[in-house]
Amino acid sequence: MVSEMKIVEEPRKTLSMHPRKFGMWLFLGSVLMLFASWTSAYIVRRAEGNWLYFELPNIFRWTSLVILASSITMQMAYRSARRNQLSQLKNWMMATAILGLVFLAGQWMGWADLVRNSVYFIGNPAGSFVYVITGFHGLHLISAIIYVLIVLKSSFKGKIGPANMAPIEMCATYWHFLGALWIYLFVFLTINR
Amino acid sequence: MATIDTHIPADVQHGDHEHDHEHEHHGNFWTNYIFSQDHKVIAKQFLITGMAWALIGGTLSVIFRLQLGFPDANLEWLRPLLGGWITDQGKIDTEFYLALVTMHGTIMVFFVLTAGLSGTFSNFLIPLQVGARDMASGFMNMLSYWFFFLSSAVMFTSFFISTGPASGGWTAYPPLSALPQAMDGSGLGMTLWLVAMALFIVSTLLGGINYITTVINMRTQGMSFTRLPLTIWAFFFTAIIGLLSFPVLFGAALLLIFDRSFGTSFYLSDIFIGGEALPHVGGSPILFQHLFWFLGHPEVYIVLLPALGITSEIIATNSRKPIFGYKAMVGSMLFIAILSFVVWAHHMFVTGMNPFLGSIFTLLTLIIAVPSAVKIFNYVTTLWQGNIRFTSAMLFSIGLVSFFLTGGITGLFLGNSAVDIQLHDTYFVVAHFHLVMGSASFFGMIAGIYHWFPKMFGRMMDERLGSIHFWVTFLGVYFVFFPMHYIGIAGFPRRYYSWTNFETFSSFADLNMLVSIAAIITLSAQFIFLFNFFYSIFRGKLAPANPWGATTLEWTTPRHPKHGNWPGEIPHVYRWPYDYSKPGAKEDYIPQTIPYSETPESNLPHENELIKLEMEGTGAIVVDEKKH
Ligand code: HEM
Ligand SMILES: [Cu+2]
Repeated sequence: MVSEMKIVEEPRKTLSMHPRKFGMWLFLGSVLMLFASWTSAYIVRRAEGNWLYFELPNIFRWTSLVILASSITMQMAYRSARRNQLSQLKNWMMATAILGLVFLAGQWMGWADLVRNSVYFIGNPAGSFVYVITGFHGLHLISAIIYVLIVLKSSFKGKIGPANMAPIEMCATYWHFLGALWIYLFVFLTINR
Repeated sequence: MATIDTHIPADVQHGDHEHDHEHEHHGNFWTNYIFSQDHKVIAKQFLITGMAWALIGGTLSVIFRLQLGFPDANLEWLRPLLGGWITDQGKIDTEFYLALVTMHGTIMVFFVLTAGLSGTFSNFLIPLQVGARDMASGFMNMLSYWFFFLSSAVMFTSFFISTGPASGGWTAYPPLSALPQAMDGSGLGMTLWLVAMALFIVSTLLGGINYITTVINMRTQGMSFTRLPLTIWAFFFTAIIGLLSFPVLFGAALLLIFDRSFGTSFYLSDIFIGGEALPHVGGSPILFQHLFWFLGHPEVYIVLLPALGITSEIIATNSRKPIFGYKAMVGSMLFIAILSFVVWAHHMFVTGMNPFLGSIFTLLTLIIAVPSAVKIFNYVTTLWQGNIRFTSAMLFSIGLVSFFLTGGITGLFLGNSAVDIQLHDTYFVVAHFHLVMGSASFFGMIAGIYHWFPKMFGRMMDERLGSIHFWVTFLGVYFVFFPMHYIGIAGFPRRYYSWTNFETFSSFADLNMLVSIAAIITLSAQFIFLFNFFYSIFRGKLAPANPWGATTLEWTTPRHPKHGNWPGEIPHVYRWPYDYSKPGAKEDYIPQTIPYSETPESNLPHENELIKLEMEGTGAIVVDEKKH
């Protein structure tokens, strides 16, 4: 084998993003498709008639505000991480998780309201759809709270900071996504009574 | 060798650079072969599981073909295999017949041609062809396989329960699938089917996220989008389609589960059983069809596109010619991917849909013929005047083009809503999709195995057995599916256990027998392949580094690439993957890793410009050491 030196042109670098963050966006895309399928099914089914009309529980307005507030606290947590303010980061993360729990409690009370109005999970699909859609949004939110707690734990270990923003960035992305998703679902269900 | 660090973030690399150089994984048997995170091992796991499923699915089809081709035969001899599913008269149990059809469809579409095809080749080829050490997340990739395995286990279990597996068709239409009392298979069998499909969807999504992320983010230096092999483009589009459509099936299946087990009425309304009304009111079974086919139609392209990508690669390599119309190929795949989301209702023309809506879906459906035709045209023009080498892989690829054409043409008939009223749910549809989807994708998969076997196992498969396998299978497929067009035009409905009660159909007894015999021969021919496959793994001729004289990156790895793929630095890419028989070049192919500056004899003017540009652009000149 003979070795020789060659001078060659340098090929361009390829475009590249953080693979995990990118994967997170793809995951959000598939979650969006899941809910899009249900809201589309809702419209298709509703157009066929034989539909039960009822008011959405009032408390959903309040939970919408709660989830908007939680997005703000999440953003504050993110900012604290970027500025390396660890104790504030922890506080904001905890606030976010608590607001998430408040939101879930509110959704639960909303379900109780529905039951009081004789709208049950079993019965006309109009009601079942509301339960399925809010329920699965809630399930996703539970997973997001767990995610927040995981990030919180690693911030207790001092692992989150300007040098390592990816975990909290992804967590915040997920959180904001679920907030926006709820607002969409809430507006959708309100308009398409 | 000059060390230029790849730009991949460190946390996805397996260890640091030093580690990559001496890449020996000293894991044990479990971490190396079972819970491996190496994309090549995972690909082989998908392949072997897929092959096992293909064998099961094929056997099921031959069993129900026995019933259709020889309705009077005594099948007592199948009792050791089927036990109680053979009646006292020596016939296949009628409900079990439906289970056979259902499981055959499910297994072939999802387990063989989705997981077995995409799972194998996306996993194997994406990192190797884009120049990456592994997938973006090896762990998720491993999970993807194990979810598939779990799903397989659940589906397989459903064969052994007393009420039998799901029997409502691979499309699982309610109310049949929603009411456990509707038929035996709608009980526990259907529950297991739904659980298996849910696990399957999780597996597909995990895989898909990985494929897309890897293609976009982990390409080696120089591997721009326009230099990607068409295989990668195909896998990329496939993964995107899957990511967008499988969640919809998941949503549909969840609602079905609620209807079955919790008493909701999404899909059920006004059903009387034994004169008594069920409590379900207000649902719509058509809703399920909309949701199902919103996945279902994209799914057929999830099955087909990887096969088309594999074919592009193999046809170009073995014609020793650049692929004709690279951009048109990418464009038509993109167009197909987009269109596949807006044609689903062509499966529902006879559900009482508004005729105006029907004509819109007819129009959209027929438009798909355009990009499909572009692809066929490009395959043929690539073959045209090529230096064709009829390797087994090449034969199967050409077979794919043939099936894609014959099966695609009948799609045009079916796509017309008026014609479809006659043809819907007949054997004409069965003929259509078995040619265009079943056989074409199956041939793509087999072609891929023959072509990349040397890279997978370091040995060659036997070419003579390969071409025998091809000719028997190719002719067999046409003998099986071509007559079905006539049977279907005559109005014979699909999924019927028996047609002897109808005088009209007696004249097709011979044709049905011919089909069944051809099916048996075709299935038998697959054992030639299985023998060839397993024999060659251990005893095949040792494979040279680049047996087909191909240009893509996977052939620059060692004969047995370790985890990490390249022992040294990842090669850079300087040109597109189809520089075959370039005028002036020394050999009839130039690998992607050869810079233009080393091939002044064959460069085109704009490529010389490119050298200058790339040398100026970065300011830096890479000094690279080549070994001769
Ligand atoms: C020119 C392109 C195509 C057109 C116009 C077309 C049209 C159609 C139509 C209208 C049907 C419904 C027939 C019925 O149920 O009455 C159908 C069924 C089907 N097509 Fe195609 N098709 C095309 C290509 C393909 C391709 C490329 C594949 C797969 C790779 C495919 C797979 C299927 C399958 C699996 C079914 C039957 C599903 C079932 O009912 O079980 N088609 N096609
Ligand atoms: Cu279709």
